[in-house]
Amino acid sequence: MAEAHPVGFQWVVEAKRRGARIVHIDPRFTRTSALAHEFMSVRAGTDIALLGGLINYVLTHERDFRDYVTAYTNAGAILREEFADTEDLDGLFSGFDPDTGSYDVASWAYENVPDVSPAVGKERWVEPTNRGPSVGGRRDDEAATVEQFGSGGATVGGKPKVDPTLQHPRCVYQVLKRHFARYTPAAVAEICGVDIEQFLDVARAITENSGRERTTAWVYSVGWTQHTVGAQNIRSASILQLLLGNIGRPGGGILALRGHASIQGSTDVPTLFNLLPGYLPMPDAHRHPDIDSYVRADEGRIGFWGNIRAYAVSLLKAYWGDHATAANDFRYDHLPRLTGDHGTYQTVRDQLAGRGKGYFLAGENPAVGSANGKLQRLGMANLEWLVVRDMRLIESATFWKDGPEIDTGELDTERIGTEVFFLPAASHAEKDGTFTNTQRLLQWHEKAVEPPEEARSDLWFYYHLGRIIREKLADSTDPRDLPVQELTWSYPTEGPHAEPSAQAVLAEMSGFGPDGPLSGYPQLRADGSTSSGCWIYCGVYADGHNQAANRQPYSEQSWVAPGWAWAWPDNRRILYNRASADPQGRPWSERKRYLWWDEEQRRWAGPDRPDFEAEKPPDFQPEPNATAQDGLAGDEPFIMQADGKGWLFAPAGLLDGPLPTHYEPVESPVPNSLYGQQENPIFRPYQHAGNRYHPIDSDVYPYVFTTYRLTEHHTAGGMSRMLPYLSELQPEFFCEVSPALARERGLRHLGWATIVSARSAIEARVMVTDRIRPLRVRGRVVHQVGLPYHWGTNGLSIGDAANDLLPIALEPNVDIQESKAATCDIRPGRRPRGRALPELVRTYRRRAGIERSDS
Amino acid sequence: MTSTGYSSPQARMGFFTDTSVCIGCKACEVACKEWNAVPAGDGPGTDAAAGMDLLGMSYDNTGGLDANTWRHVAFIEQHVPAAAEPSAPVQAGPATAEDLGMPTVGAPRQGDAQENAGVRWLMSSDVCKHCTHAACLDVCPTGALFRTEFDTVVVQEDICNGCGYCVPACPYGVIGKREGDGRAFKCTLCYDRLGSGLQPACATACPTESIQYGELDELRARAEARRRELHDAGVTEARLYGEDPDDGVGGDGAFFLLLDEPEVYGLPPDPVVTTRDLPAMWRMAALSAAGVVAALVGSLLGRR
Amino acid sequence: MRRWLNKWPLFRQLTGSDRLGLGSAVQSGRSRQMRARTENAEKVAKSICPYCAVGCGQRIFVSNGTITQIEGDSDSPISRGRLCPKGSASKQLVTSPTRERWVRYRRPYATDWEYLPLDTAMDMIADRVIETRERTWQKTDEAGAPVQRTEGIASLGGAALDNEENYLMKKLYTALGAVQIENQARI
Repeated sequence: MAEAHPVGFQWVVEAKRRGARIVHIDPRFTRTSALAHEFMSVRAGTDIALLGGLINYVLTHERDFRDYVTAYTNAGAILREEFADTEDLDGLFSGFDPDTGSYDVASWAYENVPDVSPAVGKERWVEPTNRGPSVGGRRDDEAATVEQFGSGGATVGGKPKVDPTLQHPRCVYQVLKRHFARYTPAAVAEICGVDIEQFLDVARAITENSGRERTTAWVYSVGWTQHTVGAQNIRSASILQLLLGNIGRPGGGILALRGHASIQGSTDVPTLFNLLPGYLPMPDAHRHPDIDSYVRADEGRIGFWGNIRAYAVSLLKAYWGDHATAANDFRYDHLPRLTGDHGTYQTVRDQLAGRGKGYFLAGENPAVGSANGKLQRLGMANLEWLVVRDMRLIESATFWKDGPEIDTGELDTERIGTEVFFLPAASHAEKDGTFTNTQRLLQWHEKAVEPPEEARSDLWFYYHLGRIIREKLADSTDPRDLPVQELTWSYPTEGPHAEPSAQAVLAEMSGFGPDGPLSGYPQLRADGSTSSGCWIYCGVYADGHNQAANRQPYSEQSWVAPGWAWAWPDNRRILYNRASADPQGRPWSERKRYLWWDEEQRRWAGPDRPDFEAEKPPDFQPEPNATAQDGLAGDEPFIMQADGKGWLFAPAGLLDGPLPTHYEPVESPVPNSLYGQQENPIFRPYQHAGNRYHPIDSDVYPYVFTTYRLTEHHTAGGMSRMLPYLSELQPEFFCEVSPALARERGLRHLGWATIVSARSAIEARVMVTDRIRPLRVRGRVVHQVGLPYHWGTNGLSIGDAANDLLPIALEPNVDIQESKAATCDIRPGRRPRGRALPELVRTYRRRAGIERSDS
Repeated sequence: MTSTGYSSPQARMGFFTDTSVCIGCKACEVACKEWNAVPAGDGPGTDAAAGMDLLGMSYDNTGGLDANTWRHVAFIEQHVPAAAEPSAPVQAGPATAEDLGMPTVGAPRQGDAQENAGVRWLMSSDVCKHCTHAACLDVCPTGALFRTEFDTVVVQEDICNGCGYCVPACPYGVIGKREGDGRAFKCTLCYDRLGSGLQPACATACPTESIQYGELDELRARAEARRRELHDAGVTEARLYGEDPDDGVGGDGAFFLLLDEPEVYGLPPDPVVTTRDLPAMWRMAALSAAGVVAALVGSLLGRR
Repeated sequence: MRRWLNKWPLFRQLTGSDRLGLGSAVQSGRSRQMRARTENAEKVAKSICPYCAVGCGQRIFVSNGTITQIEGDSDSPISRGRLCPKGSASKQLVTSPTRERWVRYRRPYATDWEYLPLDTAMDMIADRVIETRERTWQKTDEAGAPVQRTEGIASLGGAALDNEENYLMKKLYTALGAVQIENQARI
């Protein structure tokens, strides 16, 4: 956190000053560790084992916050008889189909509750890879559906039967106990390479610091997400925090530290293939032929997702305005349909196959920032046209001229047919707009000056591109062009460059009703009388006022600071904050007072907006067949969930299991200690000769490596490597190794090392440091190599790109790549130049037995 | 402050750098350069690729203070016996924020069953000390270096002729001559910002309040309280550096809380103003000058 | 006369209280008038740091139409006026000469860039989109289900894009039937 989010870390320093105990868990000792009370070094890619060990500790010692767990989680829910756990099936859950390499999730549902998981669509055969499942790993129609739950829970058919004593052998609590029983301290130590005593000390610390009077917070970043078990890593933390009563309460939570100014916004208002704004899914060609089928799974369910039709219709009204009417399903048919995975790595595969023709890169540098950079560059070299919008000449704009493959002879500039348009972009100082920060806060930033020369904002680019295309297609009679012609696309422009008004766009996202700007998503209607371009942002333009621009100084308001910017939804700062009070509506303790039921005023009170219906009393009981929010009782805080509960066990929504299970990374130095199943059984392999996976426990690729950021640089470097003041602070790419590994491989401090994987070989200066520690795993020493991934060939501070080493191996729920744990070899000296480089990589592959004759 | 001739009363201002909360982010280095338009690296232009060397000194690629570096963050990696480090006791049950244990600093506790011992990573942002007895100021023949109304020591770019006398005079090696320019540069404690009632750029940016700006007397009291707080928490290695008005430079306007010996951070353990003997020398010179004058006067009178 | 004499350091040294000539006596005219350049900013824009997602508040000072300083906004409850090295380098991010200011165009198989006016580039890009879309249009999938889309055009956006920009991107691409629309948020 101190490394990549230094200013956020001030609050940790402040907490420490007030007596908080800080524990840092990481593969390497960082600037965060330097200020922590405790540093626990852990093998990259073993987080579920560690968190599972903590869950097991809580359950074994009955240290859960029982009143909270009984009232607010699904601990008492009874599961189906046919559910079988990984404990029974050696690492697999019931429903696994070895022929399709995917799960039928029906047996994971609650007993006596209809299974409403998505209907089965068509399946697609994927040719076998050298490792991993022999088939695609999931059904095509399930492509990244899990991300729909970015603002709340998956669909279940209703509330389950519950055993409040938690004794029923098939209740979630008992299943959980059995599932995590083998995550003993000894197992954790063996898998993660941590010290047992230290692990127990941390376990004691978090349990003693949780309960009525105290809360513990977990903070994570992509060290948890960029794995083939990424979603399950976060699930592990959710289970732990729910058991300890640390969700919805001040000082608790699972805090995602996101790494880009508006990466939260980029998921809320997605430029993601599977989502429409507000986590509405993109329609599937087979499951969602019309709007009724599109909303069927959620409409009428309990919780706020029960209003999905209102959210969807309001979006269609924002897109197609008066053309969208009840008679034409609000132009639902204007939406293109998905038939599987259309994610960024699939895009590259299409480019390599010649199916992808044109590509827009807007402030993104995949030649450096994406896994297996070589495939990214080869894909771009196979395009017809490429548009790059950036402030500086990033590697993705110049790969045709000076990319690594030009040197190796794998590409030849004069044979690359890609037509490249480089358009200079405006900076944040040169445009109005909102960023959504890691706390869901929409913060407006004002334009200070006009952008220089031909630099323009992306708002300008896309508005005018749309305008020109619409002009060119205005007279078309092809029905294909109707969605473009009918699109609402008139935004006021201003200034010397005809910049579209960002405020007008924000107002459209917020939404309008018959009486003007809407004040919140409960006002949205399914009858077409309201429009809202992003239902979770509804209200950011309430009263015609830009709430994101609110700037009440923190010193002049409560510590929750509701007068600064605007949080989605409804300016609520802590989600599920109803859980900060007990079922009767009283604070769990005075010390942790946050929200409470004010009997006199007959509403919820406290320093924050209630993430709950403000006037629903704690003793409210729903009518038997009530739906949406009306189906939630006054003591059910998890308002996006169909049963109002926090899910210790996920009866729906995940493709790879209702509970987290320790699987090894796809590339691992060791076999799985816990189960016969080595890796996530349904991870998404990526078929390409240039994307071979390493064998497990390979003496050709014996070391673990992990990638990370440094404080002085930013992501793929486009905003830091080109700046003198930042470049001089970390002027060159380097790798970090322990003194022991340096001895073992003859690496010299400040000398050169070549790091080799089956994808590529790169060189880096060597930093020998005690901050990287060898770990003892399954009785032997495992070395880890640390690689900051900021570098590329352009700019002031240059170096090889660490991501070139990575394989593309995808998490099955959200399609994120496993970039935080893989294996490699490291050897002294610089890497070969020219054709000798791919030859070195091939030699390694041959030695490892993974080189195929056709590649 | 009558000795430097300012009429309006103004407390002495300075820095207290508490290295126990420094996270080594180097915001101070960048904020300083942005505000003061200090060139990157060693070169005269802001875009020069000079100074782009990987130094291998942990995460420090700046090296030290000089004409183009007015804040410098040192990184020191140390072995420590892993099990020997104290850690704050875990607080259980109801408690208020007030009665919780003091924070610990130094090496975090680390698992000790591993191949090697624990690591302590010290970070510290160094800066011009704005000495009470500033040798750079004493030796400057042009009056380019002067003591401001805030009792800070500043080089005046419009006066400096680049003679360089100040460079060897500094007991801390802070000031340097800028290549391609010739003049001497160092931290001004953001003299221009102070004049506007603002904090220096580095202190403004510092995420963890490791760099604190204020009235020196108040900072000294705060630093002593922090030192005691750390000692009470078992961090007995915490010590103040440069806060003592009786030290060899008469106390620093910018002083530090360190967690190890000053040498570890690259700071001289016992700095002495290089012009310590100047006043005595001046006195001698004045006496002999007076003698010359007397003789001259005598000889003139004698002529009469 | 006295004012003229006062400009003379030696006079000040001899007549003032700075007898050693180390303080006010040698203070130059420039030093005496030294004030923060932000004092006379014609405009202070309230902004947000464009790097990580902590969302630190920034104040952008503008004089004579150019940015003279970017520093932390002390009103922000998130950052309390502080910035990290990247945030502190924001002015350089915006104003350094390493920034590209003009359109560049690389013809197929060419070995170097050439210049293209922005309007021409916009028109050409619009033509590429229309032509590629037409050529790669899919009415239905292999099973005959309507898909009305193109897989010939893809997009990958960074996560420093504004929400408003993401919104227009998704809206336009969706209307065009382009589905391979992705963002750093997945990576």
